[in-house]
Amino acid sequence: MKGILGNRRAKENIAGYSFMFPTIVIIGTFVILPILYALFLSFNKVTLLGGVNYDFVGLKNFNRMIDDDKVWISLKNTAKYVLIVVPCQTMLALILAAALNAKLRGRNFFRTVYFLPTITSSAVLTLIFVWILNNNGLLNELLGMLHFPTHNWLAEPAVALFGVMLMNIYSTAPGFMVIYLASMQDISHNIYESAEIDGANAWTKFWKITVPLLKPVTFFVVVLGVIGSFQVFDQAYIVSRGDGGPNNSTLTIVLLIYKYAFKNLDMGYASALALLLAIVIMLFTLVQRKLFGDEKN
Amino acid sequence: MNHFGKKGSKGFIYAILSIYALITLVPFLWAISTSFKPLAEIVQGGFSIIPKSFTLDNYKTVFAQEPLFPRWLMNSVLIAASVTLLNLLLNSMAGYALARITFFGSKFWFFLILAVLMIPFQVTLIPSYLLLKWFSLLNTYEGLIIPGMVNATYIFMMRQFFLGFPTEMEEAAFMDGMGRWGIFFKLVMPLAKPALAAQAIFIFLGAWNDFLRPLIIMSANEMFTLPLGLSTFRGEYISFTNLIMAASMMFTIPAMLLYIFFNRYFVRGITFTGTK
Repeated sequence: MKGILGNRRAKENIAGYSFMFPTIVIIGTFVILPILYALFLSFNKVTLLGGVNYDFVGLKNFNRMIDDDKVWISLKNTAKYVLIVVPCQTMLALILAAALNAKLRGRNFFRTVYFLPTITSSAVLTLIFVWILNNNGLLNELLGMLHFPTHNWLAEPAVALFGVMLMNIYSTAPGFMVIYLASMQDISHNIYESAEIDGANAWTKFWKITVPLLKPVTFFVVVLGVIGSFQVFDQAYIVSRGDGGPNNSTLTIVLLIYKYAFKNLDMGYASALALLLAIVIMLFTLVQRKLFGDEKN
Repeated sequence: MNHFGKKGSKGFIYAILSIYALITLVPFLWAISTSFKPLAEIVQGGFSIIPKSFTLDNYKTVFAQEPLFPRWLMNSVLIAASVTLLNLLLNSMAGYALARITFFGSKFWFFLILAVLMIPFQVTLIPSYLLLKWFSLLNTYEGLIIPGMVNATYIFMMRQFFLGFPTEMEEAAFMDGMGRWGIFFKLVMPLAKPALAAQAIFIFLGAWNDFLRPLIIMSANEMFTLPLGLSTFRGEYISFTNLIMAASMMFTIPAMLLYIFFNRYFVRGITFTGTK
């Protein structure tokens, strides 16, 4: 009997590792090894001349950030971005979810339509927006017709970032909407019914019941939104053709890392920046998991 | 539950839903309509969504003027399809092992997958580039496919999915002397279709729309995927909006069809990845 059990255990070990083998190799080579490599790169000056050369420089890469204007500009852009995009996308997602949750006829159609920007490639979406926001584009025609001031949206530093923000709100809000929707469906009907007996109208029910009960979800959505804002790249790259212009107004943190690593080939410094970004993002993720996990239990 | 009260507010809700649907649809309709207009009509301006003189010339011109366009399309199809198929197989294998097989160190590997879920890809970008350079995989299909052929998020998703599976059938198959591989391919995978469909659509769209990775890995024009091609194309044909929109639509329509077709799996997947 023991022999058979031992045999089965050995077979299960072999099966387990053969099922996991490709995953272990790929994650080992392209996630774990790169993390260690990134740590190493962050403390070196890296030069790419045919081969790759490393010069240990200690904390120099990290000290350099403090005096690097570009870093501060990209942080400022990201802060602006978080302050505008996160509240907008959260409110939009909440409003749309509440409207869809009314279970009216045709809601599947609406939901399907709302996701179009999410499934469209950032390259295409950006090209469409560039076309709508350009000097004689659709937006200016509309504004002109209504006698509002027009802008050359993506060429003026003061408004270029807004173009990028608009695209992001447009493509991320539907995902958050579905998260809200799933949680709204978990709210018990009884709460609303007893509120109705007390004479609450739709407006009060929404603000006094739905919104407070969704607080943990809102927190979750806000943190995801902040993390997403730290990672903006595609739209900023395509709008500015890779340089973060005009006048650094669309320079995001990831675009800056890209420029240092692949334009200036300064991979040590770029790795140090990426490492710090990753640590910040992971801190947000941890806080979110801690709080959201607790709420769930 | 209806937040906005009874019949009276139906109109209000429909107004909200319709206005946002319009905001979403107009840019796409505008882009599609632009792709069928001759340049002269576009330059005149105006709001007409329906082209005054409908033409297919823009689509023909894209192929004639940009000989690499079919190549970019083929690169995108090849890479997205390979990445999707490999992920479906490998993520399901790993998810199944973590859910069902008791093997030495299985807890460790599970926690490793959970840890990997938290790591933002930006930190691995530069070292991965250097590793690919070292493996001589820059500018190759393998350079994009191999690092992306497993995904921790979907390994985790498959594990959760398999945990909810009834075990009786597997036990019976075990008794009949079927091995793990037989059980996995003949019994488990066919029953996992809904989870596989959700996974497939996300992975395909992710690979199809990916911009940053191809941007770094592919430097030769003929190895570009379409998103990269489009942004290059835009630089060369900056004032030919008709051509840019035609090229964009050819890239977008396959993804849109896939999305409309697999819509219900898509929504299920979003809820999962959002709240994992």
